Amino acid sequence: MTETLFIGLSLGSILLLIALGLTITYGAMGVINMAHGELVMIGAYTTVLASLHLGLNMFFALPLAFVVTAAVGLAIERVVVRRLYGRIIDTLLATWGVAIVLQQLVRLDLGLTFFGIDIPGLGPGLQNVSIPRVLAGSGSVFGIPIQPYRTFILGVTILLTALTWFLLYRTSLGSQVRAIMRNPQMAAACGIDVRRISAITFAYGSGLAGVAGVLLAGFRTVQPAMGATVVVDGFFVVVVGGVGSLLGTVLSAGLLGQINGIVAVLTNDILARAVVFGVVILLILWKPRGLFAFKGR
Amino acid sequence: MTTTRRQFLQGTSALGAAAALAPSIYAGTARANDEIAVGVLFSLTGGLSIVERSMADATRMAIEEINAAGGVGGRMIRPIVEDGASDPRVFNERASRLVIREGTPTTFGCYTSASRKAVLPVFERRNNMLFYPTYYEGFECSKNVVYTGAVPNQQLSNFIPWIINELGRKTFFIVGSNYIYPREMAKVSKILIEENGGEWVADEYLELGHSEWGAMVSRIRNSGCDVVLSNVVGDSVVAFYREYANQGVTHEQMPICATVTSEIEIAAMGAEFAVGSYTSFPYFQAIQSDANQSFIERYRAFVGDPNAVTHHAMESSYFQVYLWKQAVEAAGEATPDAIREAVKGQTFDAPNGRVTIEPENLHAYLTPRISQWDAAGQGVIVDEFAEPEKPLPYVAYGETADDLFCTAAGLDTARL
Repeated sequence: MTETLFIGLSLGSILLLIALGLTITYGAMGVINMAHGELVMIGAYTTVLASLHLGLNMFFALPLAFVVTAAVGLAIERVVVRRLYGRIIDTLLATWGVAIVLQQLVRLDLGLTFFGIDIPGLGPGLQNVSIPRVLAGSGSVFGIPIQPYRTFILGVTILLTALTWFLLYRTSLGSQVRAIMRNPQMAAACGIDVRRISAITFAYGSGLAGVAGVLLAGFRTVQPAMGATVVVDGFFVVVVGGVGSLLGTVLSAGLLGQINGIVAVLTNDILARAVVFGVVILLILWKPRGLFAFKGR
Repeated sequence: MTTTRRQFLQGTSALGAAAALAPSIYAGTARANDEIAVGVLFSLTGGLSIVERSMADATRMAIEEINAAGGVGGRMIRPIVEDGASDPRVFNERASRLVIREGTPTTFGCYTSASRKAVLPVFERRNNMLFYPTYYEGFECSKNVVYTGAVPNQQLSNFIPWIINELGRKTFFIVGSNYIYPREMAKVSKILIEENGGEWVADEYLELGHSEWGAMVSRIRNSGCDVVLSNVVGDSVVAFYREYANQGVTHEQMPICATVTSEIEIAAMGAEFAVGSYTSFPYFQAIQSDANQSFIERYRAFVGDPNAVTHHAMESSYFQVYLWKQAVEAAGEATPDAIREAVKGQTFDAPNGRVTIEPENLHAYLTPRISQWDAAGQGVIVDEFAEPEKPLPYVAYGETADDLFCTAAGLDTARL
């Protein structure tokens, strides 16, 4: 039973890792960022490239991927998203386009294939990342089998969630972000530089996606299309949890992860997926604004 | 935008004209006595391109070699390469284009069963030929397809008895991706397991592309099995083997015996995760024959990659072009009907050994082999048949070597 709970916890932590960045970009800025999955993919590729070309293992890739994807996120915000605030359908389409461009850039070695140059680690093929030796294999604590790698993911997720909570609720930057979430016009009227804060928030959310990518690379195949499946799960969690609510996101990730884990262990994964979808539909019907929505006007 | 009646008529009449022209194109190429156009149809883009590109390359390499050696009875082969884009619908469109507009008498192509099923009506309705190089689930008896990859009995009739008798493992956990190939493979496996005195405890499926294996591997560990038979396909393979190692299961305790995990998947997951596991295929890069060593060298030179791996489906993509060449030469003409008749019984010394086309069902005799993966991502062949095995596409339904369901006369549907 503990093992089943651990699988659920691990599934939940991966969901949360992906959703954490989304809850900030979607929640704070009302941007449906379809390129979020591609930012995860870029994080994974950063890990591949860092180990191939710089000889850096996963621990070093974590901060590196954060910086790289935050920079890419900032660029996306500056070039595309900034011009589309408040037009939710347009941001959806535009960021979907960005997602396709990013995928193709990786497939085409940033476009260098046209000049006959191949960068090892990019291109349409499958890549893999080796897990640091300390995290490989499995051990047991008090007779309960523990997988170091999944525990590591859990730890990183808890750290990042705590950091995000701290930034949002204990810094002046965070209170500005929360003010923009509630009402951007009013926030602007109070002297908050909405454009600057939005750009920083978007970059931070993108950076979190990059970190998720590094950790996913440890047990999934790294390939250009890997982001597409990831982003759907992320939106589930955010919508169920309540847009913009950190607590809601944490709880919904935990809930969906456990349901998935328990049903998968008792029956099978295909049924588990169906049950998760069913629960999401019921929750949305019951609470259309998510478990923890703002009581706004 | 609306289509006027006139535009519509113009469009359809153009199509009709193209269709009417098609037969004369065969005649044209035959008379011109200079080249024969053939179709090469694989996914050059999309998720399946990783595997299918290598198959397209192997096909083009065979064509170049044949042309360099003087062509087919003095005529050059001209490949018309189309991209199936990993989408069965695109495969269907491209096949129609090859058959109707280009009038090619033969197309070499398709990897997944989904793409083969999508193009099948095109080849059957237009009476054209497809040479299909992939191992597949059997249960097909088309007069318009020459199948040069393994069918279930050529991957399992050696594998299951070997696992039970040589490895001494009797309790199977069968796991696969959720579509026709793994399900048919499981069906054949169960027959063989029971025949050989083993048992199976579970028969489980995951969606194609599924990459979260935590729960499944946990169930495998607690199922009481001592061997895992994997029919998992695509990049799920990578996630599966990795999770297996991460949960601390080793291939010494409980080996994964796979029917799909080839050199390509091993390279993608990192060889250390597969060390000690087994795969059954008629061809491995590790085959120690001069013919194979030379094949690997020529392939690497052809694609310009000194580390390129070779695998079963791409080796079949290569040798089937030679079988086709021999058929055209034997027939003296490159028409679909002549090729079908002449390819029956053709024999060729392929990198994996001698291959022969069974005249009754147009499938290939292949030599079953089992190999254990080493730390370098290469197979060490631990068992192989002395002789090529007869192809039995309906083995799951009781077909035997002396009693074929699929014959030149057609499929005996009463027996299914």
